[in-house]
Amino acid sequence: MSQQKQWQTVCETADLVANSGIAVWTPAGPVAVFYCPDETPSLYAIGHFDPIGNANVLARGIVGDIKGEPVVASPLYKQHYSLLSGQCLEDASVKVPTYAVQLDGDQVQVAVHAGQREECAA
Amino acid sequence: MSKKNLIVIGNGMVGHHFLEQFADTPGAANYHITVFGEEPLLAYDRVHLSEYFGEATHADLALGTADWYRDNHIDLRLNEQVTAIDRQHQRVTTPQGQYPYDELVLATGSYPFVPPIEGNDQPHCLVYRTLADLDAIRASADGVKTGVVVGGGLLGLEAANALKSLGLEAHVVEFAPRLMPVQLDSDGGAVLKQKIVDLGVQVHTEKATQSIVPGGQARLRMNFNDDSHLETDLIVFSAGIRPQDALARSAELVIGERGGIVVNNQCTTSDPHIHAIGECALWEQRIYGLVAPGYTMARTLAACLNGDAEAAFTGADMSTKLKLLGVDVGSIGDAHGQTPGARNIRFNDEAAGHYRRMVISADGKTLLGAILVGDNGPYDTLLQYALNGIKLPDHPETLILPESEGGAPALGPDALPDTAAICSCHNVTKGDICSAIDAGCSDLAGIKSGTKASTGCGGCAALLKNVVDNELEKRGVEVSKDLCEHFPYSRQELFHLVKVNGIRTFDTLIEQHGKGRGCDICKPTVGSILATCWNEHILATDHVPLQDTNDTFMANMQKNGTYSIVPRIPGGEITPDKLIVLGQVAKDYGLYTKITGGQRVDLFGATLSELPEIWERLIAAGFETGHAYGKSLRTVKSCVGSTWCRYGVQDSVGMAIRLEDRYKGLRSPHKIKFAVSGCTRECAEAQSKDIGVIATENGWNLYVCGNGGMRPRHADLFATDLNDDELIRTIDRVLMFYVRTGDRLQRTSVWLENLEGGLAYLKEVILNDSLGLGEELEAHIGDIVGTYQCEWKTVVEDPEKRKRFREFVNDERKDPVQHWVEERGQRRPAATETVEEMA
Ligand code: SRM
Ligand SMILES: Cc1cc2nc3c(=O)[nH]c(=O)nc-3n(C[C@H](O)[C@H](O)[C@H](O)COP(=O)(O)OP(=O)(O)OC[C@H]3O[C@@H](n4cnc5c(N)ncnc54)[C@H](O)[C@@H]3O)c2cc1C
Ligand code: SF4
Ligand code: FES
Repeated sequence: MSQQKQWQTVCETADLVANSGIAVWTPAGPVAVFYCPDETPSLYAIGHFDPIGNANVLARGIVGDIKGEPVVASPLYKQHYSLLSGQCLEDASVKVPTYAVQLDGDQVQVAVHAGQREECAA
Repeated sequence: MSKKNLIVIGNGMVGHHFLEQFADTPGAANYHITVFGEEPLLAYDRVHLSEYFGEATHADLALGTADWYRDNHIDLRLNEQVTAIDRQHQRVTTPQGQYPYDELVLATGSYPFVPPIEGNDQPHCLVYRTLADLDAIRASADGVKTGVVVGGGLLGLEAANALKSLGLEAHVVEFAPRLMPVQLDSDGGAVLKQKIVDLGVQVHTEKATQSIVPGGQARLRMNFNDDSHLETDLIVFSAGIRPQDALARSAELVIGERGGIVVNNQCTTSDPHIHAIGECALWEQRIYGLVAPGYTMARTLAACLNGDAEAAFTGADMSTKLKLLGVDVGSIGDAHGQTPGARNIRFNDEAAGHYRRMVISADGKTLLGAILVGDNGPYDTLLQYALNGIKLPDHPETLILPESEGGAPALGPDALPDTAAICSCHNVTKGDICSAIDAGCSDLAGIKSGTKASTGCGGCAALLKNVVDNELEKRGVEVSKDLCEHFPYSRQELFHLVKVNGIRTFDTLIEQHGKGRGCDICKPTVGSILATCWNEHILATDHVPLQDTNDTFMANMQKNGTYSIVPRIPGGEITPDKLIVLGQVAKDYGLYTKITGGQRVDLFGATLSELPEIWERLIAAGFETGHAYGKSLRTVKSCVGSTWCRYGVQDSVGMAIRLEDRYKGLRSPHKIKFAVSGCTRECAEAQSKDIGVIATENGWNLYVCGNGGMRPRHADLFATDLNDDELIRTIDRVLMFYVRTGDRLQRTSVWLENLEGGLAYLKEVILNDSLGLGEELEAHIGDIVGTYQCEWKTVVEDPEKRKRFREFVNDERKDPVQHWVEERGQRRPAATETVEEMA
């Protein structure tokens, strides 16, 4: 399986919702992209799949911070996932994937490994 | 079989507590119980005696009621002093007669010690122990200038505060070189003295009074051993207490050398049928001058009289935490470091007036005692270390250093063992609290009434709250008053800030009054407050990120990430045409369809992108959002009422629809449910709702603050026979008052239970407008009604807002993880196991 990093354009800045998340489809499966215009970094991308609730919902959680760590709260059972590391704060054994994300003009790009999709439960 | 006689002498704090404990036990059935009280009033809370100089009356301080005594068949004889005990014939004598006993309990307490000073028996020489004493002090203080308290101990300082509150220039005269010699060391005493002097009470230490004679400028003159003197209008002696053992002495029970009725571990005296508890009892050469040990004795004795062979009093902790004249003072365990090898750590900030001392065991592992003056912040933590022998941290000094100096945070309630005593007055352990919670108690008020924790001296209140909050949190219930780490305010306080400062966005609020980025607790709460205050669309750009997914997408998320759709069906009334539309839409989108417990229809299983399409069709057919997702009005359930029902006396459906239309969309601390029944048969179950309305011949009876759900609560009757407009005006006020003062996720039932003054207070505020808020509350709801919009209609009509309802913004595909199975002719999400099989 190839591990080459590929920048994938997933949407435009107009699709982003300030201080909230959207879900995009990528070759690696569903990814949640969060946009916090007043923070640095202002973009985060993590897996959209909530391994505890077993559903594709993380982009629809509330964004915030717990002791300074940027997090999203799963809308299903409210566990917090770090936007930086994907770590679930309530359960050390649970982690969601994180992806590099960048802006190219008004294009939002996520770095996914080609072939990563097969690893994803979805 | 005829009953035996149990007599209790003394109706004070401990005597009363004994009866409360005993009356509940099986053993009580064997006795006819009589209690004698020398005071004319039913047992009252002496610990809070000083509040009598404030607002409190005897009724406020009373520990029980005459009804309680009657209901428990206890013969309560107040104002009747027992003058003799005849042990041989087992009977007691009072001026009114003679009474036989089989078991006798002495709970005679103690009396104030008045030092043998020449002239101490003149008028205006007083003591501080009973309500009658306080009446005498008040009378004596009337119209004069100065008062002196003899004795600088705990009670003396409290008395000095009382004199001050009566408007007197107050002095404290103490024989020892420092204040509170029993509890404090000299440094602590010095800090306390300074603080008290700063408060305007004059403190004279190392002064022995030699005589009291008539004064020149004031009524009395005190002459001291150092030839100085002090003029004063009244003197309160508070130089210690002595056990009230006179009766026992004359009955020739064994008495301690320095007084006190000698008892064993079962609280029994030298006569096996006579027992003594509370401040009159001497156990292992000790008198306990605090209420908690007395209560423990009372419990022990109640158990012994029930034949419990294990029950034993084994001593009690004398740690104390007080606020004296507003100054925190705490003393724990071996405060003076008398244990051999004990070491000390002291922290003394003279500028701030904080003194802290820890006494540590020779091996440095455990805390033996502590002294705190100026700030009791570390008290609870230190007490738990001392009581439970918890191993001290590597740098124990951090426990008393201020946090800015690297001080350790308080010992988390998690670190306490289940056996840790949380409330020593009522002997409630952490384990007891956990069991109460596990048995269904879900808030502080419930725990207090269930376990009695924190209903004694009140000193454990903060710790109790801590433990309860922590335990509830562990069980997934939210409690703390501070909304979250981002806002140091309760919901009510935030509401006030928003309203008063006209704040309209979360960003402004967190910038001015909070910190960080916010979280899934504060954002929805603030979203709800902003909605109540300004009633802007919840998906206005600034508000979008605040909403819980249910509010963001205006639908309830289901376990597989799909959503449900609940259109409003006011009063449960629906036309066949509308029913057909619901059926058709459900069919077209394959939605699971169910009649809810709230008299409407729920359509389950819509994907995000289907929501606006579905709502478009429903709105076209005349439906509007049912707010099943919001912390807002859910349904107004109704019965069929006078239009059809042969018993109905009013049009319950009509009223239900009117109410549902009026309050729909109102954002509130939690969801609100109503019901209207057309007669007293109550088919709409109105008494289980937040607002319940029941028709009468003359109008409507209004019930408030009922609850179904996890902890059902019967609603309280609030007002009767209201006409339509009165009914609505009253509900307006109740709802708006709740919306303003309720805590986050607090249903009206819990709100009322936590409202100080309870139902009576609520009636005052709403029906008699005691806060003068009535018009404002009505105007506020008027605004909200005037600016109502169906949120779904606004979204459906706005292409920008509709964009939000895309499962993937760059791809039309449906969510790949949804797996369905069919059951009873409809589809539902597959169970996890089935999904695995399918995969
Ligand atoms: C659909 C329904 C069950 C049904 O099939 O009948 C239902 C479904 C839910 N209820 Fe309920 N409750 C429903 C009637 C009730 C009732 C009965 C009633 O209203 O007469 C009660 C008890 C009455 C009461 O609230 O006092 C009820 C007490 C609760 C509670 C406990 C509230 C409490 O104070 O103890 C919760 C949990 C909560 O709100 O925190 C809850 C929460 C929920 C949630 C929101 C749980 C969740 O977060 O997913 C369910 C979502 C439904 C959805 O997706 O649409 N539901 N729920 C009923 C919808 C009524 C409606 O038309 O709006
Ligand atoms: C101002 C003040 C503040 C206090 N603050 C605190 C505090 O903060 N924390 C704390 O733990 N404790 C405090 N105490 C002490 C606490 O009030 C006592 O420990 C407690 O009241 C003891 O209860 P008891 O039943 O043993 O005695 P009491 O409450 O004194 O009751 C004894 C009763 O027996 C009656 N009696 C006596 N002899 C007879 C007789 N022969 N016949 C009939 N009746 C008789 C007396 O009239 C009295 O009513 C305070 C006390 C005072 C006065
Ligand atoms: S009772 Fe529980 S499972 Fe049933 S609808 Fe209500 S919340 Fe859901
Ligand atoms: S008509 Fe419904 S309760 Fe009587």
